[in-house]
Amino acid sequence: MATKGPIPEIVDPMIDPRTGEYAVIAPGHTFKSVTQKIAGIVLTANTPWAWMGGLFLAATIAMGVVITVTWLLLKGVGIWGITIPGAWGFAIINFVWWIGIGHAGTLISAILLLFKQTWRNSINRFAEAMTIFAVVCAGMFPLLHIGRPWLGYWLLPYPNTMNVWPQFRSPLAWDVFAVSTYATISVVFWYIGMIPDFGTLRDRAKLPLAKYCYGMLSLGWRGSTRHWIRYESASLLLAGLSTPLVLSVHTTISFDFAVAAMAGWHTTIFPPYFVAGAVYSGFAMVLTLAIPIRKFYHLEDLVTLRHLDNMAKVMLATGSIVAYGYGMEIFMSWYSASHWEFFMMWNRMFGPMGWAYWVLILTNLAIPLTTLWSRKLRVNVVYLFCLSFVVNIGMWFERFVIVVTSLYRDYLPSSWGTYRATKWDYMLFIGTWGLFTTLFLLFARLAPMVPMSEIRMMLPETKVRPGGADAEVVVQEAL
Amino acid sequence: MPPREGIYGLLAEFDTPSELVHATEMAHRAGYRRMECYTPYPVEEAAEALRFHKTRVPLLCLLGGLAGLITGFLLQTWINVWGYPLNIRAMPLFSWPAFVIPEYELTILFAGLSTAFGMIALNGLPQLYHPLFNAPNFARGATTDKFFLCLEANDPRFEPVKTREFLEQFSPASIVEVDH
Repeated sequence: MATKGPIPEIVDPMIDPRTGEYAVIAPGHTFKSVTQKIAGIVLTANTPWAWMGGLFLAATIAMGVVITVTWLLLKGVGIWGITIPGAWGFAIINFVWWIGIGHAGTLISAILLLFKQTWRNSINRFAEAMTIFAVVCAGMFPLLHIGRPWLGYWLLPYPNTMNVWPQFRSPLAWDVFAVSTYATISVVFWYIGMIPDFGTLRDRAKLPLAKYCYGMLSLGWRGSTRHWIRYESASLLLAGLSTPLVLSVHTTISFDFAVAAMAGWHTTIFPPYFVAGAVYSGFAMVLTLAIPIRKFYHLEDLVTLRHLDNMAKVMLATGSIVAYGYGMEIFMSWYSASHWEFFMMWNRMFGPMGWAYWVLILTNLAIPLTTLWSRKLRVNVVYLFCLSFVVNIGMWFERFVIVVTSLYRDYLPSSWGTYRATKWDYMLFIGTWGLFTTLFLLFARLAPMVPMSEIRMMLPETKVRPGGADAEVVVQEAL
Repeated sequence: MPPREGIYGLLAEFDTPSELVHATEMAHRAGYRRMECYTPYPVEEAAEALRFHKTRVPLLCLLGGLAGLITGFLLQTWINVWGYPLNIRAMPLFSWPAFVIPEYELTILFAGLSTAFGMIALNGLPQLYHPLFNAPNFARGATTDKFFLCLEANDPRFEPVKTREFLEQFSPASIVEVDH
């Protein structure tokens, strides 16, 4: 029998009919259901086998760090491929890459909070965790690169019998302050955010040990309204402080380059271009983590396609700023009329390591910035997952190109050299991936990955109607 | 100090934030002052009903930030001018523009730490024991999906029977007497 009239459209329940956008949180959730879902991941007695396997694999890879650092402490930084003129090498490339990845976490937790982008609530906790673990990986590299890491505390201003103090007119001294402040404030912000959720875990835990540990971590949180008001005030202030902080960190790191009188480094565009690149790679890393996590822990209701779509849009915007930065570098190398700048750019594109530049253009610009315009691809989970790797490879190559191609062929052809990373360079770099994944897996098992109190605030039940219980009936009818 | 004994207060449990805010507002109008709401997420309307508006957290943040700024300035100025003067590219010893970034970072560091620890201290945390944890339904609901109003026994208007009757008119899910 032929049907008459319009064919009923198949409506995706996740799409909000008023806006046509995917919902930030799946319909039908209550305070109890979100709490059970998120707390259940942590409090379950059954640790998934896949998690165990993942932890084993990640920890094995992280052994690369232990072995390399041990060997480095025994032999010195000569085991790396750093030479004169290429003295910075993998250590600085990886430092800048990892710390850049961390920036998206702070952007999500602080800047999007200030802009009242409530969709960020579901992803901000693990993005912040990502920040901290990325800073852990990043901080290791400059410390090892100083040659005698056991004297790393000499970087700090403290009274000593040598009567020697740091030299504050160098960006390398600024870096110490920027990175250590960033690490400290990120940890504090992360922990403060978790206090109420630790309270929930304490109240729901069955195991006495878990009850005890989460009870200690929650500091005795009991959800008092006066506490909540001070807490909200502190969160907002911390967000307001983290926002300029995150921008300043990569700016300071870019000063390490921009203050040096090297062709290709000595440019004023570096700070904004570094920050945009950092956010770009950071969002790619959030996607790398969020996509498997939402699948594995069945968090599709809380980390919806809307989040993936929005993150892809942020990547499109920051990627475009990065593209502008590349364009401006090329333009300025011509417009500056400096022979050295011009040669540096020619050498960067067509010199012996020119392939790295084209890999970077392909992975950072050509692939993402052409495809992310399509909404279909932005909500295609498999595509985004693959793309996040592509962008992170691209951003690593960006740092490689900046560090290596400016250094290995500088002003005097007689001092030209080359750069070749050794097996220890690779082992340490790959080891940090293992370390990062290990820390992240432990976090996913032991701490609430999604902020429960903030998710509760997004539910329709939170609406307060004046008049109490009588008004509630009216609301129910209206719905 | 000997352990306090007796009743801490009466704890009324509500299922929705609207009921809680209504009851709190009415309690305030009835003259109760020593009371507190307990919710699984921040309910600003409850704070309004309690007439709790001002926090000193922003002040602590400002003071911490100023302390960080001054520390950064004095530290670098003293080191570079008196403590360990170095001639770098013939720049003046007191080259304050170069000090801006460490000053900036220390401002944020001190402000952030004083905000976070100040908030914890103003809240009287860590406080691992609280009489309310003795109420069996409090632990089950306060951090999950229930809304509580506690009228405390040290309020001059508090009388166990009358206060209970007062709370009953808002038809709470339960009313529990909490001991110290």
